[in-house]
Parts: sequence; structure tokens; C-alpha cells
Amino acid sequence: MSSSGQDIASYSGMYNAVDGWWNQIEVYLPLFVPASWVVIQVSVLSIVLSWACGLVCALAKTSGYRVLQYPAEFYLWFVRGTPLLTQIFLIYFGLPQLGIRLDPFTAGVVALGVNGGAYVAEIIRGGLLGIPQGQRESALALGMTYWQSMRRIVLPQVVRIIIPPITNDAASTIKNTSLLSTITIMELMLQTQVIVSSTFRPFEFYILVSLIYLAMTTVLMVGMRWAERRHAIAY
Amino acid sequence: MPDAATAESPILQLRGLRKKFGDLEVLKGVTIDVRQGEVIAIVGVSGSGKSTLLRCVNLLELPTDGDIVFDGKRVPYESAGHVFSSASRDISRLRAEIGMVFQQFNLWPHKSVIENVIEAPITVRKIPRAKAIADAERLLDSIGLLEKRDEYPARLSGGQQQRVAIVRALAMKPKLMLFDEATSALDPELVGEVLALMAKLAEEGMTMMVVTHEIHFARQVSDRTIFIDAGLIEEEGPSREVLNNPRSERTRQFLDRVLHDRGVE
Repeated sequence: MSSSGQDIASYSGMYNAVDGWWNQIEVYLPLFVPASWVVIQVSVLSIVLSWACGLVCALAKTSGYRVLQYPAEFYLWFVRGTPLLTQIFLIYFGLPQLGIRLDPFTAGVVALGVNGGAYVAEIIRGGLLGIPQGQRESALALGMTYWQSMRRIVLPQVVRIIIPPITNDAASTIKNTSLLSTITIMELMLQTQVIVSSTFRPFEFYILVSLIYLAMTTVLMVGMRWAERRHAIAY
Repeated sequence: MPDAATAESPILQLRGLRKKFGDLEVLKGVTIDVRQGEVIAIVGVSGSGKSTLLRCVNLLELPTDGDIVFDGKRVPYESAGHVFSSASRDISRLRAEIGMVFQQFNLWPHKSVIENVIEAPITVRKIPRAKAIADAERLLDSIGLLEKRDEYPARLSGGQQQRVAIVRALAMKPKLMLFDEATSALDPELVGEVLALMAKLAEEGMTMMVVTHEIHFARQVSDRTIFIDAGLIEEEGPSREVLNNPRSERTRQFLDRVLHDRGVE
């Protein structure tokens, strides 16, 4: 594999792929490390934010207070009824007009977090409805406040039932970080596009980036399955 | 734990208590005095409002009208139910003084037996964990379930679960215990152990309001029986009188039916 062979391979495309592709990947692989790290950071922060948004929204929706219910309804309606890409553009390109200027990373986290929150809210709400009323009543009857009964008695039980659906949602968030390539975040997708445009090897590099995404989502699913089993031991 | 000084003053007074669910009036003005150490049985057909009455006492249901006076203080239930209001703290404080035992036990499945018992003393009464555990172990020992302290509720029989639920309420050292059909969900062979524990509590002087279909239990253990019919008190008096020689025709019909059904079993 001489350097001239590599050059020929890159120009003649698939015909000499066997000779050149591994070399190319070896050369460009280091660039995927920081890009992966960006995806991990954005994903973790977005997922945490989506859980927070989802929890607040679910509690608001089940609170029985219209002043809390209506804003929550509006949030769900808007976020679930519009494309994520539109929301990303709205936050990154639109908000500066109102004087709210976010750097691409922050805008990306906010967009994915707020978007995910709407889906998490429905998952948590379903979980809350799945806990028998008597669980909270017995806590209240013992003198616990609303918050104590939620935090100590109801939500720990909700967590257990929502682990599988929440895992799917978190995996979506990881995958959706690819959309942030459109707002100049050098995450995996944008990095791959840049590399492909100079190597003309879309097949190899999109396969490679797929494997990296797969590794991340697989780690997530294995981790969540472990969490599910750990919570199931009790009962 | 009866206090000699207050033995004669009512611990709980219900005055003209009403409760509406939409257009349906379930309680139509109920007045009851409960004295310290008294055991009151509340009987009546399903849907007569007896469970609602009990749930109004600790405000799991908010009355539509009437007064609740507990331990000499009127309960400001009108402002309850607002999560953010300061009155909701008063309500929580009131509930901490009143134990309740539910038909479905309602133990928390994600917590072990001992954790179920120490949860409220620690989070509500702010009792140090070590002391809460010691108290809980003593209580569990008194009902013969100490060796189950680390089991989860799902591993206990219905009767054991209900006895743990009673102990969980007792751990708060309540001044009044409410029993809402505590044995109705139990298999027949498990009813006895729960009734025995309730009888023991009554004997020790606990003030109790017991909604029940167990007429024999009411006759033997309760001082007074109140028969509720269609949201009103139809008849009340010493349990032996009400349950042996009811004055009201409706009470008589009810007792005939209940006792007959039990006899056929």
C-alpha cells in the first residue's frame, strides 16, 4: 500500500477500494474521537434536560390545576406537532432576533432537551397513571406532603415501569444529535460529511459512523437493562 | 393511649358533614362525637357513604360542608388540597395524628417491611433513623412479624400485609385510627389474625373508627355502632343494642342480610 496507490484508489472509487479504504480510515479515525465526545456530551445533557422537562410537564398535567395544565398541554402540542429540525432552527437562528443568542452547543442541547421532554412527559404521565391511587393515599394519610409522597413513594415506582420506554427515547436523542450538524456543531455527522467530501468514500465512512452510533446506543440499552434488573430485584 | 385528663372530651367531632360528588350527595349531614379510647363501628350497605365519611375525617376527601373538630381545633379543610398553600401543611400535620388502614393494605411494594414502617416517622416526624428502626422492630415483634423485617410486601400473605399496614400507622403514634373495611380484601382464613390485632388495639385503649361488615367483630369489640344509610345516620347506640335489637327497620333488614350471608358461608 504505497502512497501513490492510495491516491489512485481515492480517485478510482470502489475499484481499488480493497487496497485503500483501511488506510483512509486509519488516517481519519482520530477525527472521530472529538466528534464522538461532542455527541456524548450533547446527548447526556439533552437527555437529563428532557427528563427534567418531562417530569415537570407530567406533574403539571396530572396536578389538577388548570393554570399548570394548559401551559403543559400547549408545550406538548407544539413540540410534538412540529419537526425537530424546525425547532432547532427556531432556537438557533430565530431566538437571536428576540435578543436570545445561544452558542451552537447550548442551542443544540436546549432544542434536543425541550423536544425530548415532550415525549418523556407522556411516558412519565403514563407511569404516574399506572401507580394505584392507594399508594399515594397511604402516604398522604401518614402525613406526608404532596412532594414527599411523590418523591419517596410514587416516583420511585414510576421509574421502574418507565425504564424501557425512556431508553428508547434516550436512544432517539442520541440519534437526533445528527441534526445538529446543520447548526455548525462538529459532531459525528458533520465530521463525516467533511471527511467524505475530501475522500470521496461515502460508503466506508457512513458505515463507520453508523457503527459508532450503534456502539453508543448499544451501551445505553445495555446500561438501562442493567438498571431495570437492579430495580426489579426488590419486588 | 388514653389520657385520664381528657378522657371525657371528644377527640373528634363531626358536625353536619356533607360531601357531594358532582350532583350526587353521598353524605347528607352527619354528626358524630368520638371520645378518647372509644371504638366506633360504622356499618351500612355498599354505597351508603361510610367509607366516604371515614375518608373525610383525614381529608382524603374534602367535605362539601360541615365542621370537623379534631383535638379541640376546627380543621380548615376549605383551603386544603392546594399544594402550595400553607394550609396543606396543617392538613399534613392533622393526618400524621390520624392513622388509616385501607381495604387494599396499600403497603409500598418497593420498600421492605421495615422501610414501610419507618418511612413516615423519619420523613414526617423527623425521628432519627436508629430510633425509628428500634421502634419499628418493637412493633413488628409485637405482631410476630419481626423475622419478616427485610422481606418485600409481595412476599407476605394478605393478612401479614394488613398487619404490617396497621403497624405502619401505629408507628406514627396516632391519636385516632381509621379502619376502612380492613378485612374485606382478605381470604376468609386470614381475616381472623387482622381482627385479633384490631381487638388487641381496642383493648389497649386506642380510639378507633371501624368501617366493617364483620358484625360479630363490631358486637364484641366496639363500644358504639353507627348504622349509615343513604348518607345519613339511620341508627346509633351501644353496639349490643343496635346489633342485637335494632329499632330501625332498615337496620334490621341490613343485619338480617349480612348475618344470613355470613351464615351461609
